[in-house]
Amino acid sequence: MEEKRGKVSPDHLRLDASAEVARITSFIRDKVITTLRRKGVVVGLSGGIDSSTVAALAVRALGADRVIGLFMPESDSSDDSLRLGHLLAEKLGIRTFTEDISDILRGAACYRRRDEAIRTVVPEYHSGYKSKLVLSSLDSSEFRISYVVVQSPEGEQRKVRLTAEAFLALVAATNFKQRTRKMMEYYYADRFLYAVAGTPNRLEYDLGFFVKNGDGSADIKPIAHLYKSQVYQLASYLGVPGEIIDRPPTTDTYSLPQSQEEFYFSLPYDQMDLCLYGKTNGVPPADVAEALGMSEAQVERVYRDIDAKRAVARYLHMEPLLIERLQETVAGG
Amino acid sequence: MTSIEAQVRQYVTDRLLFGRSDVVVEGDTSFLESGLIDSTGVLELVAFLEEAFKIKVEDEDLIPANLDSINALTQFILAKSQALANSRA
Repeated sequence: MEEKRGKVSPDHLRLDASAEVARITSFIRDKVITTLRRKGVVVGLSGGIDSSTVAALAVRALGADRVIGLFMPESDSSDDSLRLGHLLAEKLGIRTFTEDISDILRGAACYRRRDEAIRTVVPEYHSGYKSKLVLSSLDSSEFRISYVVVQSPEGEQRKVRLTAEAFLALVAATNFKQRTRKMMEYYYADRFLYAVAGTPNRLEYDLGFFVKNGDGSADIKPIAHLYKSQVYQLASYLGVPGEIIDRPPTTDTYSLPQSQEEFYFSLPYDQMDLCLYGKTNGVPPADVAEALGMSEAQVERVYRDIDAKRAVARYLHMEPLLIERLQETVAGG
Repeated sequence: MTSIEAQVRQYVTDRLLFGRSDVVVEGDTSFLESGLIDSTGVLELVAFLEEAFKIKVEDEDLIPANLDSINALTQFILAKSQALANSRA
């Protein structure tokens, strides 16, 4: 991608959509057919912008008859996810399968383990409650503290700081969701000799907003190099339905509505995009601050938060470590 | 070295360095900047402070000025313990 010169601004992230789509579709064709030797791709569809864009790119690359869309709702999913996913699949004309993963999750005691973790800090919590995980705002402290927000059946909300044990147990339990979805994607990939397309954008991939061996697992990740605002550009170019483009990004993992901002990124995606671009390309915080109408101190905090997130993401990106690399197992080796 | 600082140093060695003795952490080394602590580590640190020193760590206490180095932690524990003792006196 051509780097644009001059003072930093959101324009730096504008790309030539036609050229980028050509580059990505060529990559998908080459990697899926030649390198991976698979007949098509499976994409888990969440009704969100990233998976919709990946599915649209895969259709352009391989044709609609070589793309499978998977809907994998569970008890906490928003109804909108399934509806918007169907809207996209119909527009693309792809084959779809629906797998409600709630029973698998119940079998793994995902919900029970989650509720037990929450009860260690909110003893009255029971299955009639709803919940979500949130991080303290970047303005309040450079330490990002995790809280659980619980809502009683009567609608009363409370925000309670988590203990380390409760936080780890809660995340471990909810990670069953992403891992179960990936297991199901590989079931269809194995069944039809397809590859699995992962759907992280650059913010998610770089900053570790994924579950290892869950949504972090895939055979190809065709938009992992794109900032979120660039994904939106491609989505518009590819004709992804406006209702999907206009939907605020959500994690769709917890029973209370949860934005990606409050769970992970702390900033709206367009601001986070430019901060990540600035940090990655050595742009002084003052320049990014001016472009975004933020203070220099705020951008400095975001830069430090990026460092902290990248430090945590290193483990997530690591492949299994070996005593020695076996050349025979490397493609082309 | 005070007893508080010794306990803090032991915690740093055991929990932030996972027992490694070949890494030197100075009194003013920033846990954040040196990558010794992440958001889960802060929650573990809070549990240690509340259990070992019987102090209550409030949300507003969770700032680097209080928790981001051995010196800062030692001062924070001392101030909290004194405040607690005064409130009981």
